[in-house]
This record gives sequence, C-alpha cells and structure tokens, in this order.
Amino acid sequence: MFVEKEVQGASSRLPAWLTGLIPLLAIGLLVLLFGVVNPLALFQNNLPPIESLAIDRVRVVEGGFEVAVLNSGPNPVRIAQVMVDDAYWQYSSEPAGELPRFGRATLRIPYPWIYSEPHRILIVTQSGLTFEAEAPVATLTPRPGAREFAGYGLLGLYVGVIPVTLGLLWYPTMKRMGRKWLGFILALTVGLLVFLLVDTFLEVLEVGAELPGVFQGVPLALFAALLTWLAITALSAVQERRHAALGGTRARGVFLATLIALSIGLHNFGEGLAVGAAFALGEAALGSFLVIGFILHNITEGIGIAAPLVPGRKGEGEPAQAGPSFWTFAGLALIAGFPAVLGTWVGGFAFSPLLGTLFLGIGLGAIWQVIVEVTRLLQRYAERESAPLVSWVNLAGFLVGLAVMYFTAFFVKF
Amino acid sequence: MNEPRTPERKRVNRRDVLKLGVAAGAVTALIAGRPLLAGTAHDQPAASAPMRHGDENGHGDFSGTVGDVDLAQFDPTQFLTHFDWGQETNGEDGLSVRAWEITALEKEIEIAPGVFFPAWTYNGQVPGPTLRCREGDWLRIHFTNTSTHPHTIHFHGFHPPAMDGIEPLIGPGESFTYEFKARPFGVHPYHCHVMSLKKHIHKGLYGTLIIDPPQGRAPAREMVMVMNAFDTTFDNENEVYAVNTVAFHYMKHPIQVKVGELIRIYLTNMTEFDLVNSFHLHAGMFHLYRTGTSLDHYELTDTVTMGQGERAVLEFTLDEPGKYMFHAHQSEFAELGWTGFLEASA
Repeated sequence: MFVEKEVQGASSRLPAWLTGLIPLLAIGLLVLLFGVVNPLALFQNNLPPIESLAIDRVRVVEGGFEVAVLNSGPNPVRIAQVMVDDAYWQYSSEPAGELPRFGRATLRIPYPWIYSEPHRILIVTQSGLTFEAEAPVATLTPRPGAREFAGYGLLGLYVGVIPVTLGLLWYPTMKRMGRKWLGFILALTVGLLVFLLVDTFLEVLEVGAELPGVFQGVPLALFAALLTWLAITALSAVQERRHAALGGTRARGVFLATLIALSIGLHNFGEGLAVGAAFALGEAALGSFLVIGFILHNITEGIGIAAPLVPGRKGEGEPAQAGPSFWTFAGLALIAGFPAVLGTWVGGFAFSPLLGTLFLGIGLGAIWQVIVEVTRLLQRYAERESAPLVSWVNLAGFLVGLAVMYFTAFFVKF
Repeated sequence: MNEPRTPERKRVNRRDVLKLGVAAGAVTALIAGRPLLAGTAHDQPAASAPMRHGDENGHGDFSGTVGDVDLAQFDPTQFLTHFDWGQETNGEDGLSVRAWEITALEKEIEIAPGVFFPAWTYNGQVPGPTLRCREGDWLRIHFTNTSTHPHTIHFHGFHPPAMDGIEPLIGPGESFTYEFKARPFGVHPYHCHVMSLKKHIHKGLYGTLIIDPPQGRAPAREMVMVMNAFDTTFDNENEVYAVNTVAFHYMKHPIQVKVGELIRIYLTNMTEFDLVNSFHLHAGMFHLYRTGTSLDHYELTDTVTMGQGERAVLEFTLDEPGKYMFHAHQSEFAELGWTGFLEASA
C-alpha cells in the first residue's frame, strides 16, 4: 500500500505525455539490448536459418515460366538454384541476390514446356530447402488485352449477372402468388443464404490456408467478416430509423433487397475469382456444361433478392403501391451479378490469395447479417399472420432453398 | 532437423470445378461464337520454340545450375587425380607400412552453386581422401573424431573383424588406429558404419581405398570418381547428384585428357536412398573390371550400373579430339547434377 502510494506520487509529478513515453522507451532499450547483447545466443547453436518462400504466381509464358515469389519468413532468403521437373535449370532473378523479409522477386526460367502437361518447379535455397511452384496444366497465361478482358468479362456475366437477372424475372410471379406464399419465399431465401454462408466459410478456410502463415489468412477473413457484419448492422439501424420516420415499407424492402444483392455480389466475386484463376492456370477446361451449371445455381440468388420486394400486405390504408421500377431491378442485378465479372478479371489477370481471402471474409459477414435481416422480416410477417416463425410452410421453404442450392451445385463442383 | 523441410505450398486450384476434362473450346463457342479465349487455350504451339537451354550464360550445354561453387574450398578437378599414398616406411619382406591421419569433422560444403549442405566429413572433404597402396602393404589409419557424434571407418576388403570399423564406436574427442594388411587388390570404398547408417553415409563419411596389384597396372591417366548425392531437405530423397560432390562440375570444367592415352577411372557408388546409380560414356566404350580384383576385363561396354557400395575399374582410350560426355544413365540423376565431359585433345 505504502509503496504503491509512493510510486503514484512520483509518477503524478510527470506530465502525461512523458509517462506515456516511458514504456516505449523501455521497449526501445530492450530491442537495443537484444540487438547488441543477443541474450538468446544461448539457443542458437549454429542452427540453419528457417527460410520460407511463398509462391505468388506462376505465369506460363512463351518459352518458359515466370515465377513470382515472396519471402514470407522471418529471415532473408537466398535463392540458389531452380529445378523444373526434377532437373536443374538455368534461370535469372529480378532482382537478383538476397530477398529480405517480405521481399519479392520474379524468376524467369527458360523451359520448353509442353502444352497441357503439368510442370513442377522447385526453388532451391542456399540451405538446400526446396519450395514448390506448379503449372498444373501448361498453357499460356493470359495477358491482359482487350480480347482477354472481353472474354473473361463475358464469363463473369454468365456466372453472375445473367443468372441473377433470370431469377429476378420471377418477381411478377412471386407478387401474384401473394402474401400466402411470401413466408415460403422468404424462408427459401434464408435457405439459399445459409447454403452460401457455409459455402463461403469453407472457401475462406481453403483460400485462407493457402496464404503464407505470416498473413494469418483465416483470422484475417474472420475479422473482415466480423467488421462487415457490424458495419451492416449499424447501417441497417440507421435505415430502420429513417424508414420508421418516413413510414415506408417499400423503401425498407428495397433496402433489404439491396443488402441481399450486395452480399450475394460479394459471394459471386469469390466465385468469379475461382473461375478466372482456374482459367488462367489452365486448369479449367471449362465447358458450356459448367457455365450452364453456374446459371442454374445462381438463378436462385435472383429469387432471394426479389423476395423482400414482394409487398407483404395490401390495402392497409396505404395507396396501392407501384412495384419497384425497372431501374431498381437493373441496379440489383448489377450489384449482385457484376462482382462476378470483376472476380473473373482479378482471378484471371492478377489473382492474389490475400485479396481473395479478404473479399471472401467480407462476403461471409455480409451473408450472415443478411440472413439475420431476412429472418427478422420473416418473423415480422409471421407475427402479423399470427403464425409461428418455424411453421411447416416456412420450414418447407427453407428446405427447398437449401436443396435447390445443394443439387444445382452438382453442376459446378467436382 | 528431421521435420519435413519442404513446406507444402498448394496452388490456387480451389474449386475442383476445374478438373473437368471438357474441351475449353466449348466455352469459347458459347461466348458469342467468337474465339475470344482462344489464345489462352487451344491453337497452342506444342512447345515453345524460341528457347535454348542454357543460353543464359551462353554455353548451350546441359549444365542446369547457374554460377559456380567456390573452388578454393573444394575443387573436384584436383580431387579427381589426387591419390594419397600416406606416410611410407619400410616394413617386412620389402613391403611398405603406410600411415594416414584421418579426422572426422563437421563442415558445411557447397554441393551446387550457392547450395550449402551441413556435411560430416573425413578430413574436411567429401568424398574423403583417396587412399592408395599396394597389395600386401601394412596399413595404419589413425582416426580421430572431432565431431559431435560417434563415427568409425569401415573398410571393404580382407581384415580382422576387430579392424572392421563396427566396434568400437569412436566417440567425440576419441581416436582409434585401424591396422591391417592391404588385400585384395582392387578398388574398395570406406565409410562410417554407425547407426543410422543412411544418415552417417549420406552426410558425407565415405571415400575410396585403391589397392594396386603387386606388379602394378599399366601406366595410364588415372582418376577417381565417387558417385554421390545429397538430400538437402532431409526427406530421404536426393536433391543433388554428382560424381565427386559438386553438381555439373565436370560439365563446367571438362576433364582434360589426350587422344589415344589410356584412361583409368576408379569408380565407386556411394549414393544413398536410390537403389542404383550408373556410369555411361558417350562416343566410346570401356573395359570393365568389376571391383578391380581381376586383371582380366569383365566386358567391353559403355554403361555400368552399380548398387550401393559396388565399384569398378574402367579403362579406355578416346580416339578423336573433342568433348565426350559421361553421366548416369538414370536421366533424372543426370539432370540433377551427375553429368560431365572428358575433353580429348591431340
């Protein structure tokens, strides 16, 4: 007690900025101490340095390969030799010499690669460690040109915009089916979103695990998801208050539809990345079968987006509402579908596992929050109809949503 | 040191979507019927014409490695023709007593340009010194272990079991003298025989003992070659192959010989992990003396395949000036370093 008082007395005489500086100074001293004295020398019994190289990208070019590498380990890395298909091979490095931590280099390896065959590249470091890069199916990596942009863009349209648009075309039918079926349709939306949530989560685990350890891929994605969820929650709260003030249910419906479109868009971005990257790697002998599969798979997404736009109640004193305009639908289709185009471009020309992980994480958080919002809408609807939230009709809708996504995924997963 | 040193870095083939074997053309057809993606897939050249292997540093050869090792540390060209006859004194019956000092020590060696291997060595080199004597000589090998693990020297050939290099283990700081009469004539490997054998041998504890026949052999340009390999990732698979340790050394520095002179190679296989290794001579044939224990040749051939510990004497002449390639006929080994040239001049 007495001592504590003494310390308090001493420190309270110093200005706050100085006391704040003291721990920093202490850290500086400690770092200096480690640098000069190296108290851990005790543990370093001439151990070889732990080298770690991450392969950023393998480009198959005319007459060889270009491999972009990143030193993702704590120690500098010196690349000594390069093997291709278990043979030492000439190469040049840009820049040459030692790679510092987080340093990047591009290796150019002249090699008579064989069209459509896999080639394995081993990078041998000074200590004899080997790091593997792969061209799974050798074919020229696309260079960004007008033709390629158009091609990849069209691929994205097929995977994203077109199916969502087709799904939205069911809006008039859904509207005519009326409120009796609204619960079913909303529950179906929840079902499809839950499928996307699981799918996106699994992809986060997969892509995140490919990242070099130093980037902590999976936690990064989960934090992105958490932040996205919180941001959308905050945004929804603001919107809620505004809508309450204005008293419009249609505006609320459009807002929710936009949220759904946005989160589905983020998911489709991930899908586009996969398709684009696969094409670039030459792995996708992507047939029309597959493209049609994506169309079928993603049509359901359009239904989900349209669901909150279906008017819940008619003639409650309100004037008969005009449906959302054509432009609203066009906008929703773009928000949900166009990210797939962006995804195929990024995946095709500049795939970065880091960005991929980040976007998938954002998608994950968005989908989660949208599930919450749609469920809330469903609950409100159920309350008005004095029906339980998990009624047989709603359960059936949920099941149909899951089942449609699950079975149409047969076309796109192998 | 035993954990896998090859971190798995799986590439982006997420969405197994893509293993689908359907022709890429289908999508192209779907896309407005125009071959927008054509450049990425079909009408591909079968390979990529404009490249020549090795044109980076202009010698257009098969030497896959870039750069050269520090020859001041270990020069395989010098090792090739260096025979250590030991400290010679006169013994009984007109025969010699030969004595050597051999020390086991740990040393990092350069096995390919820029690639370093934490080796265990006899006298700081891999392979160890080439010991040479005549049949009947009394050999006295004084062995000292300055490394951190127990080691021995186990010689192939006739000798008392007590001199076999299995027991006793020579611990760090200890020493032992192996003494025996040299017989039979031939080419014999020597190596450490401490468990685990694989580790102790492939880390570099081996060398060649050449015992000449009493009457000697015909004068020749003699060289010693030890086929060896190195597992730099410690996963029981070799990353570097060579004769006399350095990958592609005799490719970058061809062995100089004269047209018509008799060439004699004392060849040993000390490769670990792979069951066989081989020696193949281009543009010529050699007389093969298996184990070198007979003066009658076994056959005339251009390829000899050996298991671990097998060895032979090869004799041949090169009739025309020019570069004669020699390499393992296991193409994989050849391309991972075990290839060289003999260059004959008039």
